[in-house]
Amino acid sequence: MQESSSLQTLQEIKALMERSSKFLSLSGLSGIAMGLIALAGAAAAYYQYQTAWAPQNGTAYWNLHANHRQEMVQFLFLDSLSVLVVSLTLVIVLTSRKAYHRGTSVWNSASRRLLYSMATPLLAGGVFCLAILFKGPAMLVFPATLIFYGLALVNAGRHTWKEVTYLGFTEIALGCAAMFVNSYAYLFLCWIIGFGFLHIFYGALMHFRHERINDRMIE
Amino acid sequence: MIWLEKFNKVFESKVRLGLMSVLVVNEAVSFNELKELLQLTDGNLASHLRALEELKFLAVHKEFVGRKPLTTYSATKKGKKAFAEHLDALEALLRRE
Repeated sequence: MQESSSLQTLQEIKALMERSSKFLSLSGLSGIAMGLIALAGAAAAYYQYQTAWAPQNGTAYWNLHANHRQEMVQFLFLDSLSVLVVSLTLVIVLTSRKAYHRGTSVWNSASRRLLYSMATPLLAGGVFCLAILFKGPAMLVFPATLIFYGLALVNAGRHTWKEVTYLGFTEIALGCAAMFVNSYAYLFLCWIIGFGFLHIFYGALMHFRHERINDRMIE
Repeated sequence: MIWLEKFNKVFESKVRLGLMSVLVVNEAVSFNELKELLQLTDGNLASHLRALEELKFLAVHKEFVGRKPLTTYSATKKGKKAFAEHLDALEALLRRE
C-alpha cells in the first residue's frame, strides 16, 4: 500500500518536473506541415531556375547571364522568406491548438526559454546568410542555413522533446556535408532533404510517439 | 529506521512536494504558472507557499511589470537540500520493501 502510493507520488513529481521545465505542446504535425511547405518552396526555386535562367539542363551558375544571376539571388531570397513566414505561422497555429487541447498556455516560461535559446544562433545565422547572399559565393547559403538552423535546434532541444535535438544534429551533419558539394543540383537536394524530408520524418516521429499517447490519455 | 528520520514532514503534503519539484528544476516560477501547473486555487496555493517560505525553503521576489505586480518564487539552497534528502528517503523506503 505504502509502496504503491510512494511510487505514484514519485511518478507525479517526475511528470511535474518535466511539464514545468520543458515546452511539451510543440506539435509534431507542424513539423510535417513545415516539411511540406519547404518542399513546395524548393520546387518553386528549382522550376524557376530550370525554366527562366538555365534553359539547357545543367548550366552552371557562373555561366549564367549577369542579370540572371542578380535575379536569381533576389528570387531565392523572396522564396525562402515566404517559406519561413508561412511555416512559422503554421507552427504557431498548430502549437497553440495543441496547447489549448492540453489545457496549458502557449506563452509561459518554458516556451519563452525555447524561443530564446533558438534566437541567438538564428539571428547570427541570418546575418551571415544575408552577407554571403549579397557578397560571397551564394552557393554557401545552402549549407549555412542548414548548419545554423541545426545549431538553433540543438540548443532548443533542451527545452522541448528530445526529437528536436536529434533533428538538429542531423541538420548540422547534412549542412557540413553540403559545404563540399559543388553542383547546384546536389545543393538543392541537400536543402530538400534538410528542410523538407527531415522535418516530415521527425515531425511524424514526434506525432506518433507523443501526440497519439496523449490523445489516448485524454480519452 | 534511518530512512524515517530523513523523511520530511513538510513534504507529506503532495502539493508542497509538487511545488518544490517544480521549483528545483526552474530558476524562478511565477504564481500564475504554479497555479496552472498544479491546478490549485489562489488561496490554497498561497497557504502552501507561505508554509514553505516560513521554512526558508523558497525565496519570494516581487516586482512590477508595467503596472501589474509579478511575484516569482525560487527554491533556496536549504529547500533544495531538504527536497533531495526527502527524495533519498523515498528511494530508501522503496528499496527496503
